[in-house]
Amino acid sequence: MSNTEHGAAINRGNRPLSPHLQVYKPQITSVMSVFHRITGVGNSIGAILIAWWFIAAASGPGQFDFINGFLTSWFGHLLLLGFTFSVCYHLCNGIRHLLWDAGYNFGLDAVRTSGLVALAAAGLMGVGLLIVGWMN
Amino acid sequence: MAQFTLPKNSQIVQGKTWPKGSGESMKAFKVYRWNPDTGENPRIDTYYIDTKDCGPMVLDAIIKIKNEIDPTLTFRRSCREGICGSCAMNIDGTNTLACTKGIAEVSGDVRIYPLPHMPVVKDLVPDLTHFYAQHASIKPWLETDSATPTKEWKQSPEDREQLDGLYECILCACCSTSCPSYWWNGDRYLGPAALLQAYRWLADSRDEARGERLDDLEDPFRLYRCHTIMNCAKTCPKGLNPAKAIGSIKKMMVERQM
Repeated sequence: MSNTEHGAAINRGNRPLSPHLQVYKPQITSVMSVFHRITGVGNSIGAILIAWWFIAAASGPGQFDFINGFLTSWFGHLLLLGFTFSVCYHLCNGIRHLLWDAGYNFGLDAVRTSGLVALAAAGLMGVGLLIVGWMN
Repeated sequence: MAQFTLPKNSQIVQGKTWPKGSGESMKAFKVYRWNPDTGENPRIDTYYIDTKDCGPMVLDAIIKIKNEIDPTLTFRRSCREGICGSCAMNIDGTNTLACTKGIAEVSGDVRIYPLPHMPVVKDLVPDLTHFYAQHASIKPWLETDSATPTKEWKQSPEDREQLDGLYECILCACCSTSCPSYWWNGDRYLGPAALLQAYRWLADSRDEARGERLDDLEDPFRLYRCHTIMNCAKTCPKGLNPAKAIGSIKKMMVERQM
């Protein structure tokens, strides 16, 4: 095992690497998984922005005007819109991960159904939040 | 860090289109080719087969290509009935066995590549050395301390049933090479096939090394690079569920700490 745990011995000579992402058909399983990863990163960035907003509000008008100006610009709104849907998706798909960790939701039909349910729930939740936000 | 693009020597170039010939229903087969002797990059060759004059499976078509059009086409095959696992390859975008994949299941051209993200020996033949070494590393045999019984190691029918859905694995490597996590971390992550086998021995009532087996797997890479993506279960040509087996190992890890 010692020579296979580290990359060096894996490829002999100048063998090409067979195509992977380039040829593998997108599967609902892997696409939802990669979006879980992407929204996870997005949520971290969004959380930093929100924290910055609050800290600036506590620090004084100068700091607050800067970040508030940014977040209420069209680009800031776009970021917050993305952040809203990102949180909704990560939350709904995260419930699937909790089910998997508990030993459920492994059947192929269950995976597909729960995936579609999570997508629909995330969409509805995001739109709902936007409507609530708009009315206030 | 994962590399999402292919290295320079692996990028695919334009290949040869073989004469179409005439037949009732010609179907194009676009096949990945790489010859270790020329030093050229991999290419896609196009062959045409009359599906009315060919067996029903993709394996029938590539054997026909080798017999009648291009004898240099290289691939593994043996049983032609889905039990040996030799002809595992990427057909129409997913991994499966060429011998159990019907040509009619593919609409349009049939695109055939070797199993993804593997070193290529030639054409459709991937190097499975590391894959087999990972299988060997989980000790795929009965580990016991007790004295060997005079006859066989006995097991109740109920305990034997625990191995259903696990023992059927033919180690074709379709699942492991469909797993993005195995693509990016295959040097250290064991991958779905080896982990399904690991669970097959963990779940065996006759095995007496459960603790040591779990100790060996308790590792951020070997086991925990599984992120329940589930491409493995989706692609398994035997209809098995490696993701579920891995989930069961993770549960055992938690249970033994309680």
